[in-house]
Amino acid sequence: MKKDFSKATRLILSLMAMVGIFFLLFWLEGQKSQYGMLISVMQKGVILSIAAVSMNLLTGFTGLFSLGQAGFMAIGAYVTGILTIPVDRVDSVYYVNGMSEGLKSFKETLAVLPSPVLVALALIAGGLVAAIFAGLVGIPVLRLKSDYLAIATLGFAEIIRAVIASPQLDKITNGSYGIKAIPGFDLGNGRGMLLIPFGVAFLCIGLIVLLIKSSYGRAFKAIREDDIAAEAMGIGLFKHKQLSFIISSFFTAISGGLLAMFMRSIESRAFQIILTYDILLIVVIGGIGSITGSVVGAFLVTFAKEWWLRFFDTPLTINGVQIPLLRQGFRMVVFSVLLMAIVLFYRKGLLGNTEFSWYGFLTWPSRFFKRKKPVSATPGEGGAGDE
Amino acid sequence: MKKFISVFLALIMVFGVVAIGSPATVEAADEKVIKIGVFEPVTGENGGGGFQELLGIRYGHELFPTVEIDGEEYQIELIEVDNKSDRTEAASAVQTLLAQNVSVVIGSYGSGVSIAAGELFNDAQVPAIAPSATNPQVTFDNDFYFRVCFLDPFQGSVMAQFAKEEGATKAAVITQLGDDYSAGLGNFFLRAFEEGGGEIVANEQFQTNQTDFKAILTNIKAVEPDVIFAPSSITTAPLLIKQARELGIEATIMAGDTWENQSIIDNAGAEAEGVCVSTFFDENDTDNPAAKDFVEGFKEFLNAEEEYLTKNGGDGVAAVSALGYDAYCVAVEAIKAANSTDSVAIRDALVDLVYEDGVTGSISFDENGDANKDMAYIKIVEDGTFKFLKTVTVGGDEAEADD
Amino acid sequence: MTFTTFIQHCLTGISLGGAYALIAIGYTMVYGILLLINFAHADIFMMAGYFMIFAMSSLPWFISIPVVIIVTIALGLAVEGAAYRPLRMAPRMSIMISAIGMSYLLQNLAIYLFSALPRAYPTIEPLKQNFKIGEVSASLVTFLTPVLTIVLVVLLMQLIKRTKIGMAMRAVSRDYDTSKLMGIKINRVIRFTFIIGSALAAIGSILYFTDRMSVTPFSGLMPGLKCFVAAVLGGIGSIPGAVIGGFFIGISETFLIAFGYSTFSDAFTFLLLIVILVIRPTGLLGETITEKV
Repeated sequence: MKKDFSKATRLILSLMAMVGIFFLLFWLEGQKSQYGMLISVMQKGVILSIAAVSMNLLTGFTGLFSLGQAGFMAIGAYVTGILTIPVDRVDSVYYVNGMSEGLKSFKETLAVLPSPVLVALALIAGGLVAAIFAGLVGIPVLRLKSDYLAIATLGFAEIIRAVIASPQLDKITNGSYGIKAIPGFDLGNGRGMLLIPFGVAFLCIGLIVLLIKSSYGRAFKAIREDDIAAEAMGIGLFKHKQLSFIISSFFTAISGGLLAMFMRSIESRAFQIILTYDILLIVVIGGIGSITGSVVGAFLVTFAKEWWLRFFDTPLTINGVQIPLLRQGFRMVVFSVLLMAIVLFYRKGLLGNTEFSWYGFLTWPSRFFKRKKPVSATPGEGGAGDE
Repeated sequence: MKKFISVFLALIMVFGVVAIGSPATVEAADEKVIKIGVFEPVTGENGGGGFQELLGIRYGHELFPTVEIDGEEYQIELIEVDNKSDRTEAASAVQTLLAQNVSVVIGSYGSGVSIAAGELFNDAQVPAIAPSATNPQVTFDNDFYFRVCFLDPFQGSVMAQFAKEEGATKAAVITQLGDDYSAGLGNFFLRAFEEGGGEIVANEQFQTNQTDFKAILTNIKAVEPDVIFAPSSITTAPLLIKQARELGIEATIMAGDTWENQSIIDNAGAEAEGVCVSTFFDENDTDNPAAKDFVEGFKEFLNAEEEYLTKNGGDGVAAVSALGYDAYCVAVEAIKAANSTDSVAIRDALVDLVYEDGVTGSISFDENGDANKDMAYIKIVEDGTFKFLKTVTVGGDEAEADD
Repeated sequence: MTFTTFIQHCLTGISLGGAYALIAIGYTMVYGILLLINFAHADIFMMAGYFMIFAMSSLPWFISIPVVIIVTIALGLAVEGAAYRPLRMAPRMSIMISAIGMSYLLQNLAIYLFSALPRAYPTIEPLKQNFKIGEVSASLVTFLTPVLTIVLVVLLMQLIKRTKIGMAMRAVSRDYDTSKLMGIKINRVIRFTFIIGSALAAIGSILYFTDRMSVTPFSGLMPGLKCFVAAVLGGIGSIPGAVIGGFFIGISETFLIAFGYSTFSDAFTFLLLIVILVIRPTGLLGETITEKV
């Protein structure tokens, strides 16, 4: 049996933590001028954590290796972007070719909605469009073997990017000029720059966790372990793969929508394969098969990449001595070496396939010093996530 | 092993949080500092030109490192960020600048990144001055964006007029898909050329990072234009020129201000001969005393630093360096006029500013925030350098080169 | 479109296709043996471009070419040894992530070492001589690429058919485990595969970049993915298939651009991939002509 606190204790602890985090975010928002960098990195971290968790749902829990994340994020970003541009800014954004009349009048009808509702609708719409695409693409693609699936989804992401950038869609996506004037995170009183993305992320990740704990989640894991055996047990292979793919794409697109709001202006070039690789890096570092790992990984990687390790990229001279190696691009070399090191020597990543638990968290210091068995070795949690 | 890694990471996180707890830049109490953000590409497809512009700004900073506000001496600190010629990177570069509370921003080379960043500057109410971004959209509908150079509609008609004077009746246009500068300028040229009675025989587009132009050039060759107008980035230029000549195209190749860069000639070699560009400034123009001083001082500045010299491709003075310098001076003047470090006050000062000593001519802004400029220089590649050919003003008056 | 223009486009397309074919062979051979998409292959090709820049800065071209081929082979072997060999027994997904990681690493390393700015590719004078046949004008390399590709492929086929190591390669690709039991030194065969793949990538890179005159750290990305699609199109594991696939993709891409659909030139390749995988996953020549390597 796994040791843990009682259900009530866990609930109280979780509630306390949530309230604590809420106030921390609320306080941070007020200190915008002082903590601008921290806020911006936290926004990006939490946005990528949704994408990472959705990728993990596919890769870690269903055993499908898909590399289409950038494409679905592009769909989410563009749908959210197009729907949320203020109507009076449309002409200056689509200054080259103008926006199509139908879309414009649709936006004018939507303009009666209060902006938070509009943003929420836009995010969901982005998710739904991505889900529809995923459903259509999944029919041929999900029947493929693992590495063909990877390259086919990667190709699909590239097709999406090309379609978005194509001159034929100028009046809808503004072709390759990209979209600007996307409203940022704002509840109307200068607030919300952290609360909105964290709130959305909490919802999305919460839903994914519930899904994984449900009977569907168990079916996914069965497919991951052995799809032939799973099928023999009566699990509809294609149906479940399709479901996992669609749900993952839905949340990836929401992450893309948030990313568009974070960046304020987007273009198709922002959604290249590199973006997928960045998310893969997060998932691998966090541990394939661990939701907690993906969330922690997202923050860790974003913080390190955008902030703590920035100095890797600037030449540094101390006492007239030039520190070797440090110059433009070194940061990313460090990250790719890190990725390789994890893949080669530490395949479980930070958390393997274990999840956060209050018991593990609170008793960790004492266990650490007593040198008992590490958490990952707890019985009942066997089965490697990276198979 | 795993434990140690986890402990290590936890420690890093704790340190990270502690580090932000104490504001990173602790300034000495007796030294007042005003921050000017520099938003330029140093890498990416426009990295070469962006660096030249940056040099102009750094030179300006070397000459005028302080500014007096309210009777107090303020040190000017340049906060440089690299937008990597990429609109996505641009957004995070701007975040970095804004997080450091800059009072005013200078940049950027390349209209695309400036347009992408404009929204953020406008929201944060921080004024930005573009040295060489020529697309109209940069300042349009944006109360916080200014520029010190001329615009693409002007540049496009200048080149169309020039092409016509050279006897061209058929022109081909090549533009880069999704690049606001290239597509915009190409379009303005196209309109002006057709209005002037010329015929556009081909209008081809290529994608960013494309290196193989043979397919579109083959199409162009088939329609036999007299001139090819191909506004694009510095890195594209030599490939385009060489491949065109390789396919046996003999038409005159023309482009906008970006092509005035020595590296194009170095890379394209003899095939670059005869290429025409329009630009903002000519270092041999001795009529303007401010320009003369600048050229002398700037050459000294370049020669003092090996890195500057190699990246600049010799000690020629690029027009964008002059504009970068002008933009810096305008920013400093605006701070003086505003008599404040407050960014909104500086913006208000910019609106009414008249700066007479500009290296590229007198600078004042119209209601869009664009500099009132009406003169362009046309240069041609001859014997491996850019040679001044003539100046063209908006009304069509022009002055031939003396030599 | 006049006849001359058409011929000129064909020439461009065939030349591009030749370079693609040489790269595609590397993918198809590695996949045939290891069942692994060697994502890093595209970056080895890109690195070969940079090697040439450095070699030519101090050596004449006829010495530079063999030097570049040898250095590229060394890089290919290093990638195999560092990223793939330790994972021989690991789950498929780990090997694939390792391949992606290697590609990511090589790209970032190139940005770090050579900066993201495009570097001018050195001119190999004899290859750049302008050739004119009637109205059609191109440099020698454009004519040479397809010819050289065919010659190299014929040689390679002979090698695989006639030599002992070639036979071992065929055996391993047919049945990995059994051939191991039969005493074939698997690691040796794999190393040999990487040597051939990298050497062809180096030659392909010389032809490709001489024609395009500049190298960036991302130069390999798209050609690499396209060449993998070419390999799938031809039937993965089949060398003649990879060549046919390479030429097909090169030509169709050129004509798409010529007709003004340059945005879709990349997307077309991937659409092709999805269509093949759905209609005929074995590719054009897969299984039927079992020249599997």
